[in-house]
Amino acid sequence: MSTETTAGEPAAEHHDEWKPGEARAAFRQVTKDVAWVSEAPKPHKLWVALLGIALILFAIGVYSIYVLVTTGIGVWGNSNTVCWAWDITNFVWWIGIGHAGTLISAVLFLTRQQWRTSIARSAEAMTIFAVMCAGLFPLLHTGRPWLAWWMIPHPNDMGMWPQFRSPLMWDVFAVSTYMTTSILFWFLGLVPDLATYRDRCLARGQTVRGIIYGIVSLGWRGSARQWHRYERAYLILAGLSTPLVFSVHSVVSFDFATSQLPGWHTTIFPPYFVAGAIFSGFAMVLTLMLPARHLFNLKHIVKESHIEAMCKIMLATGSMVGLAYATEFFIAWYSGNMYEKFAFINRAFGPFWWSYFAMIFCNVVIPQAFWIKRVRTTPILVFVLCIFINIGMWFERFVIIATSLARSFLPAQWSYYHPTRYDIGLFVGTIGLFFTLFLLFFRYVPVIAISEVKGVMPEAHAGKKH
Amino acid sequence: MSTTEHHDDPVEPVLPEHGDLYGVLAEYDTPGELVEAARKVRDAGYTEFDCYSPFPVHGIDEAMGIKRTILPLLIFGGGFAGTVGGLFLEWYCNAYRWGWNISGKPTWSIPANIPIGFETTILLSVLTTFFGVWMLNKLPQVWHPFFRSDKFAKVTDDSFFIGIEAKDRRFDVEATEKLLKDAGALEIEKVYLDPDPAKKKLPKWIMAFIVSSTAFALVPLVIAAKARNSKSSEPHIHIFPDMDFQPKYKSDQAMDLFSDERENRGELDGTVSRDPASLKADEAFYYGLDNGAWITGFPKQLDIDQRLMDRGKSRFNIYCTPCHGYDGQGMGAVPTRVARGGGTWSVRDLTDNSKPPSHAVITMPNGQLFNTISNGYATMMGYAGQIPHRDRWAIVLYVRALERAHNASIDDVPADQQKGIR
Repeated sequence: MSTETTAGEPAAEHHDEWKPGEARAAFRQVTKDVAWVSEAPKPHKLWVALLGIALILFAIGVYSIYVLVTTGIGVWGNSNTVCWAWDITNFVWWIGIGHAGTLISAVLFLTRQQWRTSIARSAEAMTIFAVMCAGLFPLLHTGRPWLAWWMIPHPNDMGMWPQFRSPLMWDVFAVSTYMTTSILFWFLGLVPDLATYRDRCLARGQTVRGIIYGIVSLGWRGSARQWHRYERAYLILAGLSTPLVFSVHSVVSFDFATSQLPGWHTTIFPPYFVAGAIFSGFAMVLTLMLPARHLFNLKHIVKESHIEAMCKIMLATGSMVGLAYATEFFIAWYSGNMYEKFAFINRAFGPFWWSYFAMIFCNVVIPQAFWIKRVRTTPILVFVLCIFINIGMWFERFVIIATSLARSFLPAQWSYYHPTRYDIGLFVGTIGLFFTLFLLFFRYVPVIAISEVKGVMPEAHAGKKH
Repeated sequence: MSTTEHHDDPVEPVLPEHGDLYGVLAEYDTPGELVEAARKVRDAGYTEFDCYSPFPVHGIDEAMGIKRTILPLLIFGGGFAGTVGGLFLEWYCNAYRWGWNISGKPTWSIPANIPIGFETTILLSVLTTFFGVWMLNKLPQVWHPFFRSDKFAKVTDDSFFIGIEAKDRRFDVEATEKLLKDAGALEIEKVYLDPDPAKKKLPKWIMAFIVSSTAFALVPLVIAAKARNSKSSEPHIHIFPDMDFQPKYKSDQAMDLFSDERENRGELDGTVSRDPASLKADEAFYYGLDNGAWITGFPKQLDIDQRLMDRGKSRFNIYCTPCHGYDGQGMGAVPTRVARGGGTWSVRDLTDNSKPPSHAVITMPNGQLFNTISNGYATMMGYAGQIPHRDRWAIVLYVRALERAHNASIDDVPADQQKGIR
């Protein structure tokens, strides 16, 4: 691995004189450093092992779905009282994870954070796969998923139209728009890199792969006139994705906030959910990228400074989430509303106290370690802390959903929630699906935005007269 | 000049070495040199040229004189259509076509419709951006003459090119090449079209694939069209049964299990009710009958007083008004709505006395009216299952009051109140 590439850094060092071929050698190196992952004739043994595990987990999920669809929702632990349980918890958790991908690809792009180029591609892929996993849960929760198309407005002989004033319908529109946008944004960014793969495959005589990459890269030839429109389109898509990502998690939080249930019925939900989404998403990006950069030798592209920047974002959003927890308690007391007060005291000291304190520990206490620079710059520590945050954010959604429903207005209705093996199986299955897709992505698609990295290298300005 | 990289099948001798000249490609070492060369090419008056680079080179747009793309305008149009279209969709579905009362909320209110309007705005903007950029870039175009150059494959890796096409009116092989060379080109290459005219056509296997897949795609449509235009005695195919077929017996079905082959099981001999009232021995109260004839008064256990009248009013307003209306004249919410949709839903006017007496409710004995409420009449269902006997009698009383009120004359009003009415 060469150390001469300095991807992702602004042109700090001012070269005035570039030796002939020097800049090109640097570009070539970046291409090679990324492309070797998919060009290696045999995949890494660890990759094969991980794919095997992921496929087994996915198979468990497929079996759980099979049982669920052929039997009914009764196989889950959901009851009349706790009618939303693991399914909606997992839905919100996965959606939240997806948001960091958009944030990295769009918001950091608009704010010209050049370090994002190294992780943007895989973060976007993470978004798409996470939203796919998320979408499964409400779809299956409908009970008869084959009738889900009734939610799409269409003239029909039942004379029936969707109820557009319902937050659940907003969810349908928000999540499907988000899914569409994420895929198109990701694909737009991929086209020039797929063209790179196309040309490399054809040059090495891999005709079939070359043709496949050739079709998906649409015949991209890097023309300046095309780049001009392309860059404009990319900028606008980033601009459109930014309000979209905030709206999607706000809409998800409306599912709860517009209801009357104490513990859900709060106006703090949209910002609180968005902060939590970014928090959990960055944790997931790091959970994925830290092993990957080690495995695929990308340490000079995904640098320690990038990891540090992400740790700082997690520290900030984690503290926001902590502040939100405190605010909820304050408002419960300050409102003087006895139901609200009960809901929050019950949340911390009721039958689900263990989940509440797991959440507090993982989401509020753990990220405080990121104040220490040594922690931020030690990948293995960051990895472990990120796992904790992933778990903590899952508990946050569980706490909000299960504790509020299990203790609603009528004490006669109170109950407890136990997941069944099919709840667990489906959740495990989506994790398998996610990692299956992610591992395939790592092997066959450029994991680093090659053209973007080249564009922010100092060599991109070689030979310019200032 | 090289031919394509992967087709090393021998070129037939009759063909010329290469086809028509498409253009020249000049390669430059750095992005900076590319920008400078592009500026010189533009200054020399060329228009049919383009620069090719592995990443967007800063400053190239200005050097080449590329006009700002109209893409943002298209996107604005798409986004605007998304806002208007989304809001229209919501209004059409929920406020116009299928007004749906949800907890008394208005069928059309802006705030509740904003989230979806927002999402459709984003969705249509995004779709316009994505498809617009490819449309304006004239992609997908998987084949381009410059791809015939071996060197050009490196444009997606590390190389920078300027390509001037032969169709430019200033194009002159020597002069153009000299211009590019003077601008610092590392290497210059002429790119020709393929000499083999057959290569200009789509390969046969691709053509065959397109034709066969199109034909195959028509098969489901043909099957659907046939199914729509023919009759079949077979039941529909239930892909998702949705509990349409359940292993259970409904009333009055045959069943092999019992000797009488009936699914219905009657009361066992000697069954005695635990509730004396359920024996319904009092014919007048439970059936409105007295020795087989409708009773004209009220059963003796009812006190005809204001309480019973109020009870009747409240039950009538709950159960009867949707069709009969609050005044009993037959224009309740259901017939009104049906009439608005152009249909008819005729409901008996309970107070009308103009019809032949045999049909008028007003001439019915109380017992018969009670029986009608209990067991229904024509399309009206019986309410025996929903309204207790006593309340049904209360409704009879209230209907009588409505009839009296509707057909009242001024003489029915107590003398001391007549003045106030006029």
